[in-house]
Amino acid sequence: MIVANRKHVQELCNMFKGHKRVLLVGCGTCVTVCLAGGERETGILGSAVRMALKLAGRGEVVVNECTIERQCDDAFFDPLAAHGAEYDAICSFGCGVGVQALAERFPDISVYPGLNTQFMGLLESQGVWTEKCSGCGNCRLGEFAGICPITRCSKRLLNGPCGGSRDGQCEVREGLDCAWQLIYDRAKAIGTLSKIEEIALPNDWSTALDGGTRKVVREDQCIAGLGPKA
Amino acid sequence: MSKYEPLILAFCCHYCAYAAADLAGSMRLQYPNNVRVLKLPCTGKLEVNFILAAFERGVDGVFVAGCLEGGCHYLEGNLRARRRVERAKEILSEIGLEPERVDMFNLSSAQGPRFAEIVNEMTARLTSLGPSPFRPARGAEEPVREMTEQAEASLSGENHDCCQS
Repeated sequence: MIVANRKHVQELCNMFKGHKRVLLVGCGTCVTVCLAGGERETGILGSAVRMALKLAGRGEVVVNECTIERQCDDAFFDPLAAHGAEYDAICSFGCGVGVQALAERFPDISVYPGLNTQFMGLLESQGVWTEKCSGCGNCRLGEFAGICPITRCSKRLLNGPCGGSRDGQCEVREGLDCAWQLIYDRAKAIGTLSKIEEIALPNDWSTALDGGTRKVVREDQCIAGLGPKA
Repeated sequence: MSKYEPLILAFCCHYCAYAAADLAGSMRLQYPNNVRVLKLPCTGKLEVNFILAAFERGVDGVFVAGCLEGGCHYLEGNLRARRRVERAKEILSEIGLEPERVDMFNLSSAQGPRFAEIVNEMTARLTSLGPSPFRPARGAEEPVREMTEQAEASLSGENHDCCQS
């Protein structure tokens, strides 16, 4: 899932300078699960922003909240469409995708991010999420015993470890596991050490963000004659 | 000018603090009458937005009273509540409101005198902090009563939408 965390209340208030009516829009998927931008968190930030604006002498600014099923799909914006015109600013409590989707759907209204989108990750323990995938577009996890060196090695080494690996820890910061130690341990445990003894070929980064904005098209799912956009 | 009396909302656990408040009454203990008690089935029911909603409606302070640590009927509801109170304090600081306006206490149902003591302690603290800047001109009583009714309706299973849209 996409993991995000909230912005400081004062940062949100500063973003809304010059606006009279602001709608905070929560998202019911990833950011609800990572406790950043679902119905409850949007409600909390809504209360906080209203009170902070009042203390700053801007109590006349109307701040309302709502949460939609999903912000990364235009179809779920329909319930919002009727109310969008009542506001001069929208603040998305979705990931960066949601912010941009709202900006596309409401071209005449200022759209702001309510969250800082962090990474694609998983729940490590209650309240703790860790990064696992960089979305590089060319998955090679099979070569590395199911542990991604591109995301989890601080140097993104495909042939590791480096000299900064000490007792299974990365030198970058305390408590950070060395991805290559994890790869070695797991490969040994499952009997595939020979795989990591081979020199891994350089990565083709053109499939990652370096190759420009990416697009996935499933022609068989596109409605005939209407093109991929439909 | 009339004397400032802080309005306090108390989220009390059904199993301990609520019974302690009842005991304080039975024992004829005297404590300030400016506290409004809202019963929760467990303080684990508490959410951060309950606390913020109370401040938004104009209360001067909030306290959450749950079972003694290790004594929660739902094992860890009171521990969760403590973390939520800490988070509420953090958000209040970001807003610019004193985090001391909200606090968490633990007591058992047999501690009626402790309940009275907590109310006295919070009243003294809020008196020194002064009224909340969100206290409505018409008095905070009415919005708090509305919130209490809404919360009670919600807890009894009626539909209640706490979010504005």
